[in-house]
Amino acid sequence: MQALTQRSRAVDRKPLTLWERIYLPAVLKGMTITFGHMFKKRPTINYPEKTRPFSPVFRGLHVLNRDEEGRERCTACGLCAVACPAEAITMEAAERKNGEEGLYREEKYAARYEINMLRCIFCGLCEEACPKDAIYLSETFAPSNFARKGFIYGKDDLLIPNPKTQPEELAKARGEA
Amino acid sequence: MSEVQKFKVTIDNITIEVAPGTTILEAARKIGGEVAPPAMCFYSKLKGSGGKCRTCLVEVSKGSEKDPRPMPKLVASCRTTVMDGMEVKNITSEKVPDARAGVVEFLLLNHPLDCPICDQAGECHLQDLSYEHGREGTRYEFQKRVFKKHDLGPYIQLHMTRCILCYRCVFTADQLTNKRVHGILDRGDHAEIATHIEKALDNDFIGNVIDVCPVGALTDKTFRFKNRVWFTKPVDAHRDCPTCSGEVQLWMRGDEVFRVTARKDEWGEVKENSKGETGWICNECRFEKKHIHDWTIEGPSVINRHSVISQGHYVGITKPKETVQEVIGKEPRLLMDIHSVSQVNKPNIDLSLINGPAHSDDFNHPNTNGKQD
Repeated sequence: MQALTQRSRAVDRKPLTLWERIYLPAVLKGMTITFGHMFKKRPTINYPEKTRPFSPVFRGLHVLNRDEEGRERCTACGLCAVACPAEAITMEAAERKNGEEGLYREEKYAARYEINMLRCIFCGLCEEACPKDAIYLSETFAPSNFARKGFIYGKDDLLIPNPKTQPEELAKARGEA
Repeated sequence: MSEVQKFKVTIDNITIEVAPGTTILEAARKIGGEVAPPAMCFYSKLKGSGGKCRTCLVEVSKGSEKDPRPMPKLVASCRTTVMDGMEVKNITSEKVPDARAGVVEFLLLNHPLDCPICDQAGECHLQDLSYEHGREGTRYEFQKRVFKKHDLGPYIQLHMTRCILCYRCVFTADQLTNKRVHGILDRGDHAEIATHIEKALDNDFIGNVIDVCPVGALTDKTFRFKNRVWFTKPVDAHRDCPTCSGEVQLWMRGDEVFRVTARKDEWGEVKENSKGETGWICNECRFEKKHIHDWTIEGPSVINRHSVISQGHYVGITKPKETVQEVIGKEPRLLMDIHSVSQVNKPNIDLSLINGPAHSDDFNHPNTNGKQD
């Protein structure tokens, strides 16, 4: 039969020599390789204590942005939801009432905004589609959870802390404090 | 004497015979496709419309058989009638795209570009026009005009900043209702749609101004902010209506009727109904009948597959057979009912039945079991 690759070689079926039958040299050779690794640089890190830096273009957990005055930027235009290939985003819009101008940037806002992280594939198309700079993929993972219902992220999970009323929390969330 | 004389007109090298008195635009629409110039103010179902927006400009390279000189300037095709032997250039012309891009730039000068909050987005003629014929940027650097807000009653929402002054709604009110109460007040930069001294528009057929409006200036208040057009499914339906034909298009999501409009043809104009009349619909059909039981559903409407409205509508697919039940011999255990966690699309809240746009208290209402975020 013709060999499929150039690298295949016939198995050597000669009986073992005395030197090979002692086994000890081979064991010692293996052990030197094993113990030799103790003195090499470790490729792993102790994850929860230490973290690796993310790339600046890393696409992680979503955040809903606010403007400098703490108003929600999202206007529930639905472009993120229509761009989403996994159909993970749903929302319900409402009209801003008089007196709510400090809460929402535009006349229309997302009363409900939900991302199903079980469906999300973190492609970042929602971020690209957003005309209002309202949704961003941050440099964090979506935390693991024992139950599926923990992966339905509503507005309270996604909105960033208000820069006017919660400046410390915002700084903490941004990793500055 | 020849009983019907036909004029031969060549538009973009396609020759067609039309009756005398036909406009170039209508002749081009008979050919169809890309040859038809876009129109923002012309509406074939409204007498006297057209000639205002200049988006339908075409080049006439040969006036007629008898006078073959070209017309010196681009002409508005909705107002220029054909002559025998006329040769018209629309997409083959070099001047037309440039002129049209200029017109689009002018139309967008004062347009707020608030498409993310506009209910017309997705079916807006100005969006299509600027996408297909406009330039990428604007050179305008001044404040856009703003208006004092006018209330046009419980059904119709006016956003004057989005208006392009096409006068279609004025013609609609003139020709469909017995008394027009709105019109264009003031002139120039201050021209605006308004009723004189804050009247509500309440004629039975006044809702049709929403359908004829090419932009989002006049929108349905009962649909306001309820949903985006491309998330709703258009369905043809009818009911026995004493005032109109009752042949409408429902925009549904699940079993909820979010919006009722007249049926539109490929030019975005109201279609003819089965009796051969223009299918204007009455206010009762449009605004009051938001239950699925009110309607007899005929089937899904045909939507151009390039339209954003056809996004996510999986037509013509066969659902694969679910075999899990057969293999394991019982219903698979549901690990999570999405409604137990999700706050959107609550089964006990029908957004479509709220009068006007939803507000924060609609979501906070105790009956709706809504938890505000």
